[in-house]
Amino acid sequence: MSEKQTFTGNRGLQLEEALIFEIGSFENCGVDLEDVPQVESRLGDCAAQGDIDLPGLSEPEAMRHFVRLSQKNHAIDAGLYPLGSCTMKHNPRLNEKMARLPGFADIHPLQPQSTVQGALELMDSLAHWLKTLTGMPEVALSPKAGAHGELCGMMAIRAAIEAKGELAARTRVLVPESAHGTNPATAALLGFKVDGIPADASGRVDLAAFKEKLGDDVAAIMLTNPNTCGLFERDIIEIADALHEAGGYFYCDGANFNAIVGRVRPGDLGVDAMHINLHKTFSTPHGGGGPGSGPTVLSERLAPFAPLPYVEKGEDGLRLVENNGDAAHNPFGRMVAFHGQMGMYVRALSYMMSHGADGLRQVAEDAVLNANYILASLKDVMSAPFEGPCMHEALFDDGWMKDTGIDTLDFAKAMIDEGYHPMTMYFPLVVHGAMLIEPTETESKAALDLFIATMRDLVRGAKEGEVERFKNAPELAPRRRLDETLAARSPVLRWQSPEAKQAAE
Amino acid sequence: MSKKFTKDHEWISLEGDVATVGITDYAQAQLGDVVFVEVPEAGRQVAKGDDAAVVESVKAASEVYAPVSGEVVEGNDALEGNPALVNEDADDSGWFFKMKLADQGELDGLMDEAAYTAYVKELD
Amino acid sequence: MRYLPLTNADRQAMLANIGAADIDALFVDVPDAARRDGTVDLPRHQGEMQVERQLSAMAGKNMTASTVPFFCGAGAYKHHVPATVDHIIQRSEFLTSYTPYQPEITQGTLQYLFEFQTQVSELTGMPVANASMYDGSTATAEAVLMAHRVTRKSRAVLSGRLHPHYTAVIENLSEMGGFALAQPDMAPQGAEDLLALIDDDTSCVVVQNPDFFGNVTDFTTLAAAVQAKGCLLIVAVPEVVSLGLLKRPGDMGADIVTGEGQSIGGGLNFGGPYVGLFAARDKYIRQMPGRLCGETVDADGQRGFVLTLSTREQHIRRDKATSNICTNSGLCSLAFTAHMTLLGGKGMRQLAELNHARAVQLADALGAVKGVEVLTPAFFNEFSVKLPANAAQIVDALADKGVLGGVPVSRLAPHAGLDDVLVVAATEANTENDVAAFAAALTEVLS
Repeated sequence: MSEKQTFTGNRGLQLEEALIFEIGSFENCGVDLEDVPQVESRLGDCAAQGDIDLPGLSEPEAMRHFVRLSQKNHAIDAGLYPLGSCTMKHNPRLNEKMARLPGFADIHPLQPQSTVQGALELMDSLAHWLKTLTGMPEVALSPKAGAHGELCGMMAIRAAIEAKGELAARTRVLVPESAHGTNPATAALLGFKVDGIPADASGRVDLAAFKEKLGDDVAAIMLTNPNTCGLFERDIIEIADALHEAGGYFYCDGANFNAIVGRVRPGDLGVDAMHINLHKTFSTPHGGGGPGSGPTVLSERLAPFAPLPYVEKGEDGLRLVENNGDAAHNPFGRMVAFHGQMGMYVRALSYMMSHGADGLRQVAEDAVLNANYILASLKDVMSAPFEGPCMHEALFDDGWMKDTGIDTLDFAKAMIDEGYHPMTMYFPLVVHGAMLIEPTETESKAALDLFIATMRDLVRGAKEGEVERFKNAPELAPRRRLDETLAARSPVLRWQSPEAKQAAE
Repeated sequence: MSKKFTKDHEWISLEGDVATVGITDYAQAQLGDVVFVEVPEAGRQVAKGDDAAVVESVKAASEVYAPVSGEVVEGNDALEGNPALVNEDADDSGWFFKMKLADQGELDGLMDEAAYTAYVKELD
Repeated sequence: MRYLPLTNADRQAMLANIGAADIDALFVDVPDAARRDGTVDLPRHQGEMQVERQLSAMAGKNMTASTVPFFCGAGAYKHHVPATVDHIIQRSEFLTSYTPYQPEITQGTLQYLFEFQTQVSELTGMPVANASMYDGSTATAEAVLMAHRVTRKSRAVLSGRLHPHYTAVIENLSEMGGFALAQPDMAPQGAEDLLALIDDDTSCVVVQNPDFFGNVTDFTTLAAAVQAKGCLLIVAVPEVVSLGLLKRPGDMGADIVTGEGQSIGGGLNFGGPYVGLFAARDKYIRQMPGRLCGETVDADGQRGFVLTLSTREQHIRRDKATSNICTNSGLCSLAFTAHMTLLGGKGMRQLAELNHARAVQLADALGAVKGVEVLTPAFFNEFSVKLPANAAQIVDALADKGVLGGVPVSRLAPHAGLDDVLVVAATEANTENDVAAFAAALTEVLS
């Protein structure tokens, strides 16, 4: 590897890029706007004083800026992205094309319903697919992301408990210790007390401990299935039955629905509410952290409380019910302005129609097959905390690293130098130094084989004392390890001009 | 007097009727680089086991519980501008708050240095 | 199936490698009662052409904003988005990457988030902004929860001229979280005595600018009075283009500013995805919800960016987190940043001036229609009119004539007793011909 220093700091195609505030100017503009007609201002006393202190860039400069930035990102389109629980699968471009049809992209949420019947039809079709795939009678489409869907499901549960007059009594929500952080955060947001349930030696909910915690003060359980260790909860039906008998509700975190779609219907497991991350199971793009979409399916018991708005069949076509009072049932309220993530609905439906019932079943099977192939191919050199087959993701711990002088983080950073995005690390919390690998169904066998070979070589290196390969990593990425302590101790959250900085000091 | 310790890795040291509370060197090492500390204001009443302060590293946030009951008389303002003090000197200048004890008898339930050392050894 | 690379031969070889007899052996943990052998009752897989044909048929049934004189607003606005923006957000490296948890290989995302935060901070006049929320309504509800945390109080006072959906979202979250609200009745104009509604347990006052009816207001005096009572002032801005021409909420003294960023870089999309803006005073940083991007250096001393202060968030703080939010609106914030970068401060000002001028022309044109009264004395690009008949019916009649003529208040607030009030918006996307067509169609419908 060449250590050559360059004048620009660039390294061939790897280009450094300054902030827009450092390259743009106030005089520049990349949009040609019409001349402003002369009118008398009606801004009252609210007109701005002074200019907006933001630079502009011409179109070519702006294009270059953002393209250069893009080249500093890892992406599914460029390589394997095995983030466990995040489901980084291929994002079909047909979905993008469909979402951009003017009939979906260029319609206003509040134009007369008679002028958007096709949009309502799309929402109704998506709802039908989601209800059929999950075996549930109702779905709330509007939640904006997974955590928002969790909130929706738990709100429906809270409303049902309130309707029974049990709100004061049912204050506790059971959450396994392996749960994603959004679960306890959601329960706490609704005023519930979070009570942890331990895992058993097989990585699943400890059934005895769970039953012991049941009581008439339990509102719900929030259980992820397949769980965050990548395992199917074998006792799930027994858990649901016991919970229902005790008067509680079953919230299932559907983050990992992609492992079972087309093969198992949550409705058959006794689930009362489950959100579905359209950006995981149904391939809408993650976009660097959103937008997501978290439609939430509801059981018969919770269906009457589904939030506004929802689509129903009316006399002259489809109707969007947007307000209380004109609803036949008893919505718990509204979670969001307008109707949710239409752009994501189109993408997800486009994906479902492409795969069909047969293809979706194959999706789950290939996702599980790929994960098990990785598990089987690495467990002789890395330590797997649990026995038996996994579902869509393979979990390892750091037991095998003992005495190598490196830790999970070092291992992950060395993967970056090999051209891979690291797996999910240190999650779930119930496993020490966790490494959670989710290949998804859209990786070929050849891609998996190269990944496995790379991982085995890294393990060999770690065990043979190649400490620098790990401790110094990454060395070949656009940046070396970043100082997160500095960032957090003295937060710099926006750009400031050198003059403003100086003035502040 | 000599220091007493809690299972939550706080130390408490009594001088006269005012006790100083901090987190142990073991705790700071577990947390990693401390980036933020929130200490209680003077005058706040805390019961044994209450959340009294917050300590955050890059990857973890942890409550600091009152090891005994009493009234806070001073928070360590130096930590606001320099949270690194907790890493550099947890046992002394990186203290969190001082409190007036409601019942000195509560100290008897805490570990002495030898017991705490043994406790930590067991954790590793 | 075009999205699945494994061949049947691959599958057999892999099963053999694993030591599983068949695929069912990997699903052995699924209880028998829940196992399904056949496929569910849904259509089989289809090619691109077939899918495109069906979805295009659905899309074709909708009346699109660009093809008719279009004047709907009320929290979602039709603006022109430069072609460059859509290209940038479709770059693989932006579109198909995850939340930037590995900063060494996500500097692209992190840097634009830092630029986004700076732009939002500058536009709102606030010291810090986060890396985005779901949308304007949820951002405003989060602001109320944040005010409760900061002040350790539990009641909010809402303006009666807050967008009814924003009110509904706050109401829902407040009711579920055990928090109280107070709100005067909805009125298209006139003074609101929000200060009188503040009690000892009130944490904040929430106002909107421009408000739901289009009124623009300088809240400087209100801000000081609210703060004197120990409360925070939250200003919601559902039309972000207004910040190109209006006094900034930060300069008025707001403590938290929320906004809907859809107008910059985003399409109408039938209501989503949009992008929530969230900005606050420095001292409240650690009580803010959502992701924050911060500047730092790498091991070689080079500048770089990371997600920071994440101990506020659910993945670390769990049940003590400031919010349960995880996903934000990453790609929409990129669209916002790219569009705002093309505009710059100067372009943003001109864009806002164009919007205002077109709205003034529209107000003059509609005000000249017999029986129509413009209710909003000071406005930006949206205002209310009183009609001589039911506004929803008139909007339907206008749609029949191929004009999308605004949003009737009764659509969002059916019980407000404002059935004859219509909210209309004009933007740079409207031509003078559109304005004339709207006035002519309205004249016809009313005669």
